[in-house]
Amino acid sequence: MNMNLTLKIWRQKNASDKGKMVDYKVSDISPDMSFLEMLDVLNEQLVNKDESPVAFDHDCREGICGMCSLYINGEAHGPDRGITTCQLHMRMFKDGDTITIEPFRATAFPVIKDLIVDRSSFDRIQHAGGFISVNTSGNTIDANAIPVNKEDADTAFEAATCIGCGACVATCKNSSAMLFVGAKVSQFALLPQGQVEATDRVLNMVKQMDDEGFGNCTNTGACEIECPKGISLENIARMNSEYLKASLKG
Amino acid sequence: MSGILNSSIGRKFAMALSAFFLMFFLLQHFAINILSVFSPDTFNEASHFMGTFWPVQYILQPILIFGVIFHFVMGFILELKNRSARKVSYAKNNGAANSSWMSRNMIWSGLAILAFVGLHFYDFWFPEINTKFIDGDWSGLHNGEFRYFEELQHKFHSHVRTILYVIAFIFLALHLLHGFNSAFQSVGANNKYTKGLNGFGKAYAILIPLGFIFIAVYHHLNHVLS
Repeated sequence: MNMNLTLKIWRQKNASDKGKMVDYKVSDISPDMSFLEMLDVLNEQLVNKDESPVAFDHDCREGICGMCSLYINGEAHGPDRGITTCQLHMRMFKDGDTITIEPFRATAFPVIKDLIVDRSSFDRIQHAGGFISVNTSGNTIDANAIPVNKEDADTAFEAATCIGCGACVATCKNSSAMLFVGAKVSQFALLPQGQVEATDRVLNMVKQMDDEGFGNCTNTGACEIECPKGISLENIARMNSEYLKASLKG
Repeated sequence: MSGILNSSIGRKFAMALSAFFLMFFLLQHFAINILSVFSPDTFNEASHFMGTFWPVQYILQPILIFGVIFHFVMGFILELKNRSARKVSYAKNNGAANSSWMSRNMIWSGLAILAFVGLHFYDFWFPEINTKFIDGDWSGLHNGEFRYFEELQHKFHSHVRTILYVIAFIFLALHLLHGFNSAFQSVGANNKYTKGLNGFGKAYAILIPLGFIFIAVYHHLNHVLS
């Protein structure tokens, strides 16, 4: 059965605007629609009334790119588990529901407009050390030529599935980015290719994370629950031990 | 190495180390206090030993005081930093969907414990320091007998004090239910032993405060029923 819904949406003209929650009604919403398609319906209504559409981030709409965000009814990416907002379906809601939609909130994720936040702080953390240096002059060694323990390879791959959406920061009561940084540190720390720069990597990435104004992890575990890719808290523990080892060396 | 305490992970690590120390102290404190239930004489002897043995008084006690102050001060610093990391709150936030009440409210259970530490110092530590360091009486005697057991019993004559102690120990249990395992995660220990450790942590977090509650209620009832 199609649904009629009330939406409470954060509207903010630009970064310097104070912003406020605004109520909207949408009707005849199919339970088979995705959440973003429901917002498309709302925006069509608003455009037809010569009102400004609600700005929100989206790109691949298949849970891979990490662009979509949204804090829906008090949870990052909404009430379902292991999905991004673009994979959230309207069947998770009931006819007559009121849905609160907010941007991801963190000092390090300032609002650009409405529901869009600036997550370039994640890019700067990556620039600080989320890479390995490989000679690409024509003598590049095939990565598969270096044997890697299967368990380590699998764990590194799981860490590498982080799409950097920022749900961990949004859901953490401290706005901590440690699940993201932990995953990025882990994916290289577990592999032989990542060893050369391991010390600098963790020190620089953690420093950049702190400089960006993210909070401190208090191990509530909320990030792991809300992460669309199921990134484990083990990655934070691994980053902690990598950081301590690196600090003793440095 | 020098800047480690200025980093988020370094602060977590220091917080965890002070937590390990305090959890070990709690176990030792409980081991001596429970003697008051089974053998007042042994409790007196153990208390006198701890109160007069110089390494305990001049090395462990200052470390303990530092550990307590450090844990609280660092807790407040982290709380303030974390609050500044989200200046605009959510209109709707469903924290219960993904985390435990204990993990989200460590600052409040910590403040309740801090208030209790104040009461506990007023009850026992300040009078003890006064007797030994101001009056210069290191004998541990009152009217020719050890005073420790009698002082303990006397404190739990009051209904209000006993209730306050019980409430404080409930907050201690709530704090430990998250804090025990959180400390291990902070020092980078999350591996195949974590599941077993979590179980041990939960048992520790419930049994130790429950034991302290038993001691307080036991002495109170002894007075009320006698």
